[in-house]
Amino acid sequence: MTARVAPCCGDFQAEGETHTLEPITRPSGTGRRTAAAALLVGLVALLLAPLTVLAPPAQAATLCIAQPGSTGCINGTVGNRTNPVEGADVTLLDENQVEIETQTTEADGKFAFQLDQAGTYYILVDPDSLPDGLEIRPPAKAFQGPDGSIKVDVKLGQSQAPALNVRDVDYDAGGAGFGEQLIQSIAQGLRLGLLLALASIGLSLIYGTTGLSNFAHAEQVTLGGMVGYGLCNVLGMNLWLGIVLTTLICGATGFFQDAVLWRPLRRRGLGLTQMMIVTIGLSLAAQYAFQFFVGASQKKVVVQNFDVVTIGPISLTGMSYVAMAISLVVIGVVGFVLLRTRVGQATRAVSDNPALAAASGIDVDRIVRGVWTIAAALAGLGGILYALVVSNGIRWDTGMQILLLLFAAVTLGGLGTAFGAFVGAIIIGLVVELAGPLGAPGDLKYAVALAILILLLLVRPQGLLGRAVRVG
Amino acid sequence: MSDVSTAQGLADPAARKALMAEVERVPGAAKPDPILKVDKIVRRFGGVTAVDVEHLEVQRGIITALIGPNGAGKTTFFNLITGFDKPSSAGQGAAWTFQGKSLNRTAASSVAKAGMVRTFQLTKSLNRMTVIENMLLGAQGQTGERLALSMFRPTWRSQEREVNEKALGLLERFKLLEKKDDYAGSLSGGQRKLLEMARALMTDPTMIMLDEPMAGVNPALTQSLLGHVQSLRDEGMTVLFVEHDMHVVRHISDWVVVMAEGRVVAEGPADTVMSDPAVVDAYLGAHHDTDLGDDALLEDGVIAGLEEEEKQRNEEAGA
Amino acid sequence: MDQIFFILQSVVGEAIAPATAGVAIAVIGLNIHFGYTGLLNIGQAGFMLLGAYGMAISITKGLPMVIAVLIGLLLALIFATILGAPTLKLRGDYLAIVTISAAEIIRYVGRLASLEGFTGGAQGIPGSQYSGPFRNLSFFGSGSWTLSPFNYETLGGSTAVRLLGLLVTIALITVTVLFVRRTKLAGVATRSPMADGLVITGLVVLSLLAVLFTFPQTLTRTGVDGWWVRGVAWTVVLICSLLVLLLVRSPWGRLLRGVREDEEAMRSLGKNVFAVKMQALIIGGMFGALGGMVYVLASTVQADALARQITFFAYTALLLGGAATIFGPVLGTVIFFGARILVREASRIYVPDSIIADNKTDVFSLMVVGVALMLLVVYRPQGILGDKRELRFHV
Repeated sequence: MTARVAPCCGDFQAEGETHTLEPITRPSGTGRRTAAAALLVGLVALLLAPLTVLAPPAQAATLCIAQPGSTGCINGTVGNRTNPVEGADVTLLDENQVEIETQTTEADGKFAFQLDQAGTYYILVDPDSLPDGLEIRPPAKAFQGPDGSIKVDVKLGQSQAPALNVRDVDYDAGGAGFGEQLIQSIAQGLRLGLLLALASIGLSLIYGTTGLSNFAHAEQVTLGGMVGYGLCNVLGMNLWLGIVLTTLICGATGFFQDAVLWRPLRRRGLGLTQMMIVTIGLSLAAQYAFQFFVGASQKKVVVQNFDVVTIGPISLTGMSYVAMAISLVVIGVVGFVLLRTRVGQATRAVSDNPALAAASGIDVDRIVRGVWTIAAALAGLGGILYALVVSNGIRWDTGMQILLLLFAAVTLGGLGTAFGAFVGAIIIGLVVELAGPLGAPGDLKYAVALAILILLLLVRPQGLLGRAVRVG
Repeated sequence: MSDVSTAQGLADPAARKALMAEVERVPGAAKPDPILKVDKIVRRFGGVTAVDVEHLEVQRGIITALIGPNGAGKTTFFNLITGFDKPSSAGQGAAWTFQGKSLNRTAASSVAKAGMVRTFQLTKSLNRMTVIENMLLGAQGQTGERLALSMFRPTWRSQEREVNEKALGLLERFKLLEKKDDYAGSLSGGQRKLLEMARALMTDPTMIMLDEPMAGVNPALTQSLLGHVQSLRDEGMTVLFVEHDMHVVRHISDWVVVMAEGRVVAEGPADTVMSDPAVVDAYLGAHHDTDLGDDALLEDGVIAGLEEEEKQRNEEAGA
Repeated sequence: MDQIFFILQSVVGEAIAPATAGVAIAVIGLNIHFGYTGLLNIGQAGFMLLGAYGMAISITKGLPMVIAVLIGLLLALIFATILGAPTLKLRGDYLAIVTISAAEIIRYVGRLASLEGFTGGAQGIPGSQYSGPFRNLSFFGSGSWTLSPFNYETLGGSTAVRLLGLLVTIALITVTVLFVRRTKLAGVATRSPMADGLVITGLVVLSLLAVLFTFPQTLTRTGVDGWWVRGVAWTVVLICSLLVLLLVRSPWGRLLRGVREDEEAMRSLGKNVFAVKMQALIIGGMFGALGGMVYVLASTVQADALARQITFFAYTALLLGGAATIFGPVLGTVIFFGARILVREASRIYVPDSIIADNKTDVFSLMVVGVALMLLVVYRPQGILGDKRELRFHV
């Protein structure tokens, strides 16, 4: 049993935190720990124990190994040791500020430039390519280059590792006061909340009409982003057309899902618990299908970055405002349909009591089919917008990361009530974005939302807008 | 406790008649020896009042029938007094006592432990367990049900044997003995009703509350079920049951309580209460074509039950 | 042929790995939750992580091994109580959502950079910091050892002998499974449980010997990832299985199944449903914590290694083996992890790179897991050992 350990070279080791892309590590280590890097890489290697074959972490930047006398290297990671930044555009400039090469970091945040001439170079990270609210921590005076770039002296045969740590934009900046920061967070929270609402309304409708907690719903969100990536980025379609088409395609997947999977299962009389486990299986299969077919790295829906538009204390990308408007309009339309049309009435009737609805002449199967379609379409729309304005791209596990927020939103509002899901989503969005400014560590902002959910269930189990269920 | 309500005395129909003869025929009448007393119990679903009972007493040792048109709140009333639902009037005078013990804040399981055991309109047999396992679950105070002792068989082996004997005896009485190792889910609807009643008896109840025991039971079984109910009474148990079928009610009940729109509208012996104007009004006013004494209703009982459930859910949803 | 043996050799290696044993214990706990009581705990990985952290941190802070294990179990107890209190009176979905959320919270907290002194942050706690006291308990001696010592190589090592061994192995495993299913189908009143138990034990031991005859494993006796940790891990699995056997065959176990079938009926029979569910959640959660400890014995306590996927794998393994059966969890886990390696290696060796690149075989195997879970629930919900008749009746 041997473990293949990735090559390590000098300075690289310090930065050697690998973020493994393996979804599960089956550790069965051999205790070697000359360096943290070796251990982690070894862990991944032993994932495949006892075989010697190792699936290399997908597409990490090729490490540059300096050859004495011929090449010099600049290797590094964008972000800090524990949280590498993905999708950052790192540009290498020569001493005259002329661009030589640009790399976009993968999930491990790594970049590597190989140079065959010693001298002074500059590294510039495109601020727009960083996730919202983050900026590169300015280096010490001696390393500061023009326009926020970082100066690196390269010698042949050596590898340099410039520090490209990130920090919150408002980190001790002094300029933005606490109040403004709060307003900015509220704006971001509303943005996140509206996008979550798009997805969670569908989740709630499905729950209401079929009683099913759909764990694969978040994969519909990912699917939206993926389809958007395929249409707009790969095929180069116009963004607006792409958004519309994505929504339609995702809606169609909902339709077919119900036709080939859920309806037959309902017909078989499969219990709700079993159905729920089927959704878990579907969620797993879909996640790895994304990873299998699209890859493990972050994919951007559109190549260009959006300009930041500042309104008073609020700075968001222009696209963010558009996305919020789209969400509001779509949610409004869904609300109108639910409240004011016959189809909506029928849907609510099915939610209240499927047997009675069927008895009074409503075609329950058709309503449920429609709900699946709409739910998937909304999730897809939410997905592509989320990829555009919140997560700066889409990855196979983007949906999985927000799944719990969706459930929290739906539960918070009261299981099965669409309007409750909307309110819940807005609250969850605000909580997540406000957690930081109000003192929670950045890593915990999702955890805060979940903790609030658990606390709420203690006090008001039926959710904010749900009604107590009659027993007996 | 009054001496008239001894088990032996009430096996005799004449004694029961004499006992109830003095009781006023008005809603909420006082009984000579009430086992259950209910005061000011109100349950609202949204804006609709499902149950609003000002006062009710149930006499010990006899069979009391609770009747009323669909949506009268009988099942909800059952749920309330057995702890399966909470009255909206909790804290506003709602009070009910069983054998003098207050049950206002008692959980459903403790109500059962206190000796008041119920069955359900839609049978709740434990389908993926065998008939005998269903029965064994009914026994109270089992040492082996304590987590800490469950792993040590000697601590509960002899008790398990006794409980098993008792269960077999009851199964025999309810003609389910040869089914004892079948899954409860494989029984017919009527057999499940029997099983549920037998299981309730495993708890050694003082009072048994049957929610539509005849619904869905085929006519051949009905007779034996009625016989069981009567023999329970003759053994000294108090029986309160909800029933739609007036034939059944007239046949076995010693006292009838009529509910309509959540209220108790009349009380009295079966033969006279049906002519009470309030009762006629309640049935005819409820827009239901209930023929007050048609055997065919036996078959329709389940459907009626479902309708009632749906109606209540509707009221709740519409509010 | 050699390639097939090579694949199977690694499958057997994976199947007996300590991590597999750890997950098996967690699945045993999940079986109490889901299989017997009907509780939808989707945060079993959280219990595992808590147990692992509890033990590892205690040891790194200088506490003795026994105390450390107890602390891990205690944490699971507290965690289960906190999760159960608000949710066990509500419908099942709430428990599902709360457990999965809470498990994630534990993972997030474990990864916190500010807690690096305790949890090691995202990198976790390397095994060398806590597995020393455990290895010191070993009486296995040093050096390496092959199990079984009597194997196809002692008989000349020819392919024919090995093939024969493989056939015998398959036959024995089939007989064992069929026999276990038959005793299960006989219902509660098995004629002679003792004799059945002996036969099953005998068959299992024989199957194991046949497996190890055909695919002998050579490992260090006491090393970090050697026979000592495997021996202990699988002994714990055995003890846990026997504990569950005692628990579920008692009136208490009957309570669990009653609650699974119908809570209201149980209430009407005077049973405190909340207490029963809480007991089940705690007991199953403690099995989960124990599983977590075993899982990390030979490796690292790392938050992301015990994320949601592990819970989902646990469900797949449970349904594969058969929910609400005694040995289903262990059988299911072993087959699950073995099969995953089988799929991965087979797709690596036999499927051309143009269809599945070598670096994607792992992802492919996980995709297969998801699909398998769906198919399993739909077409064979009783798993390998379960009783189909039970599933005919919907609750």
